[in-house]
Amino acid sequence: MTEQLVQPTASTDGMPLPATPERDEHTHGGVHDPNLHHSPEEIRREMRVYLVVFGALAALTALTVWACYGLRMPVHIAIAIALVIACTKGFLVAGFFMHLLSEKKLIYSILGLTVFFFAVLLWGPWHHFVDMIGK
Amino acid sequence: MPERPQDRVASPPATAPVSHGESIEAASLHLTNPELSWIRRYVFSTDHKWIGLQYGFTALCFLFFGFSLMLLMRLQLGWPGHAFALLKLLGESRAPGGVLLPEGYNQLGAMHGTIMVFLAIVPLGVGAFGNYLVPLQIGAPDMAFPKLNMFSYWCYFIGGVIMLSSFAAQGGTPASGWTSYVPLADIATRGQTYWLIGMVFLITSSLLGSINFIVTIVQLRAKGLSFMRLPFFVWAQFVTSFLLLLAFPPLESAAFLQLMDRLAHTSFFLPSGLVVSGEHLTNAGGGNPLLWQHLFWFLAHPEVYVLILPALGIVTEIIANNTRKPIWQHRWLIYSVLWIGFFSFIVWAHHMFITGMGTLISGFFQTTTMIISIPSVIILTVLVVTLWGGAIRFNTPMHFAVAFLPMFGLGGLTGLPLGLATTDLHLHDTYYVIAHFHYVVAPGTIFALFAGIYYWFPKITGRKLNEVLGRIHFWLSFIFINGVFLPMFLQGLAGVSRRLYDGGVQYAHAKAIAEATNPWISISAWCLAASQLPFIINFVWNVVAVIRDKRNAEDNPWQATTLEWAAATSPPLAHGNFAVLPVVYRGPYEYSSPEYPKSDFLPQNVDLHPAASPGGGMLAGTAVAQREA
Amino acid sequence: MEAHAEAHEHVLEIPYTVHPRPDTGVYNAKLGIWLFLASEVMLFGALFSAYILLRTGAPTWPRGWEFLNVPLATLNTFILIASSVTVVLAWSNLRLGNLKWGRIFMGLTLLFAIWFLVDKGIEYRHEFLEGRSPATNNFMAVYFTMTGLHGLHVLGGVIVFTYFLFPGAKMWKTDRARYTNRIEVAGLYWHFVDLVWIFLFPSLYLM
Repeated sequence: MTEQLVQPTASTDGMPLPATPERDEHTHGGVHDPNLHHSPEEIRREMRVYLVVFGALAALTALTVWACYGLRMPVHIAIAIALVIACTKGFLVAGFFMHLLSEKKLIYSILGLTVFFFAVLLWGPWHHFVDMIGK
Repeated sequence: MPERPQDRVASPPATAPVSHGESIEAASLHLTNPELSWIRRYVFSTDHKWIGLQYGFTALCFLFFGFSLMLLMRLQLGWPGHAFALLKLLGESRAPGGVLLPEGYNQLGAMHGTIMVFLAIVPLGVGAFGNYLVPLQIGAPDMAFPKLNMFSYWCYFIGGVIMLSSFAAQGGTPASGWTSYVPLADIATRGQTYWLIGMVFLITSSLLGSINFIVTIVQLRAKGLSFMRLPFFVWAQFVTSFLLLLAFPPLESAAFLQLMDRLAHTSFFLPSGLVVSGEHLTNAGGGNPLLWQHLFWFLAHPEVYVLILPALGIVTEIIANNTRKPIWQHRWLIYSVLWIGFFSFIVWAHHMFITGMGTLISGFFQTTTMIISIPSVIILTVLVVTLWGGAIRFNTPMHFAVAFLPMFGLGGLTGLPLGLATTDLHLHDTYYVIAHFHYVVAPGTIFALFAGIYYWFPKITGRKLNEVLGRIHFWLSFIFINGVFLPMFLQGLAGVSRRLYDGGVQYAHAKAIAEATNPWISISAWCLAASQLPFIINFVWNVVAVIRDKRNAEDNPWQATTLEWAAATSPPLAHGNFAVLPVVYRGPYEYSSPEYPKSDFLPQNVDLHPAASPGGGMLAGTAVAQREA
Repeated sequence: MEAHAEAHEHVLEIPYTVHPRPDTGVYNAKLGIWLFLASEVMLFGALFSAYILLRTGAPTWPRGWEFLNVPLATLNTFILIASSVTVVLAWSNLRLGNLKWGRIFMGLTLLFAIWFLVDKGIEYRHEFLEGRSPATNNFMAVYFTMTGLHGLHVLGGVIVFTYFLFPGAKMWKTDRARYTNRIEVAGLYWHFVDLVWIFLFPSLYLM
């Protein structure tokens, strides 16, 4: 883990400084936080992106229902199509609505770890029954 | 010749001397904020220190209650079938005429395990020690979410009440082991439903608590306190919180599934064609009992690391402090605890080697289990090597901390045959397993918790616990706890199964060893109970003295380097912990530092090169400054 | 005495409640909600794991439309996605300082959420009328349990947004930035609820 020291700045009386977050607000402490945009144009631009994403999500929903249910696909194909489309929709919701695409490394790494353990949880019990004694 | 640490004279930047035995003005001894109403000070407090004490008192009560259940079990195990007056306390349904029935024994067993793991040890290690110390050790005024902290405690309390109320349930308490294996738990009496609902509350409490801990440690560290400068205790709590955060939810889901099976008559865990007492069950079937085991152990394995990691943190702090030298290769501790945390999620099926797993999956889990023993050994080695060449002070906390090392070592080593499938086939579900895990948790974690109580009591109250009573408590406990658990290894190797209500005498292969060892184990257990009296007397006496505002220790009696000792008063200021938030200049274990030859300890928050101005200087930010502020 | 106590409590300033900590870049509640969502991933993960295990181990397993109302659930999917958009638009409006439109979009989110629950109620009622319940077979057990737990999360969102729309909106006057952050955090929770449904819907209805 890289050391990110929050350096104490000089005080006038030698006493330790309490945390004063207000001083860092307008400089963002040197870290670019897109969620602290002060510009109304940028916020309005984001709102337009949300509407485009909504359109994509609606279209993908219609697509997945038509492909699996409308066409009555066989199980394995339905599973594959549905999962691919669901992952795409999930990526859009997470990436744009939840702002994960511009989120901090700290959040990313926690989620990455979680996704790994999620995969292990999905794999473990199932694999036990793929590989049993006597089968 | 280089000066040895023990040759240095201790003249530290110490706290101002406090007259012993006199009352200090009431304001400095308040454990909670005196400005608030009684209810908001003591019942619905949002102060992490008070919440930590709430967890501590509640958990100690549960600890002694769970211990008492085991004492009753040991009466039966030592002298199977005998009538005991004490057993009559359990009521006619469990012990008619004072003779424990098998059903009664199973109830005691399940409740003992559940209470010890979920209601006693984890709330002590995490809820009590973690809550109290983490904000202080990182220089924060409180936890990140004080109201959530308060809610977490009350969730735990409610969960505990629900668990205990199962004693009054129709059919008795849960009796399917602390592991609640299906299909037995699915068809068990009403008490099992209490277990499931109680677990939902306990899990919720833990989840919310873990969020609080992680955000606090990441966000509220004092200026200059980088991750590498954190005391190992905080690292241990940090990793523990991740384990609780990510491993508990699958058990919560599994509990919902079992509740659905029991209340909505689903068949998540009930296979088709199940016959109970000669009758076919009418449920739909198609369920899988092993699904419960996977979801349960997915939590329960990380849970055992939740049991041990806070203990490792406590022991590390005490060893560093009482050897007066830095922890040897302190970074290895950090990397090891991260390694343990990660691997703890991928070893769980070593509890399931006998369920018919194929060689591929079995091999995977054996490998990961063997690998996870490596960081544990590294941690133990680091702590043992730290003792070498130290100016060791053998006070009571140090007794418990040093004893922890070989006890945890024994517990850990005896886990190895359990982690390899070939030997596990013979040892699974025998007393060997019971001995193994009790060694890690009882002379392991519980000793560390006692060490912590003796060590931090003066921080919380301004009084030290009595050393003589402490050492008697230690030696008696040490002898008798080994008397209880050491013979169990032999029992297990001989094939005595666990959870047998008569201790194994009904089986020819087990009868001889059971009859030879069980009475002695039971006697040891009761002697162990008696050994706690010096502690209880010591504790109650000193708590009463605290309530009467009688200090007898200064702010940093152990001359420790970490922030809770060096930057806060004893007890810390009720409102916000510190008059001025500390600034950190160095790592947590600068004992006998060449940078400061005048003393054998250099606190984290002491500025050796202050800006030249009045009011500044080396004591700025220390407890002295606060007391004089 | 009470006012004095309140003033004192307010003085206990926890750093980084509103503004982010420079080296991590997040404020406390943002980190907190992501950690909570991580735990929720594991919660639903266990249920998905159970579903996979039970389905792959079963000799036969019905297709979703044999028992369930796919068109109604498709409508519900659109409703939930729409509510995800309205919640993020609510937050954006609050960042622009526009409380009125913020509350309108929050209100729409709330209405969509309630509509979703009503539809779910219709679905459940239809199953019960057909004589089906969780006990019927494992398909129904999985369906009721997973949509039930998801539904409880939707209900949780309804409670949270009702609070922020009405009593909680007072905070706009006293601490605008903190109120906006709270909506951001609630929105993250809501998007997660939507995300679970995005996977749950095809898993139960389309496979």
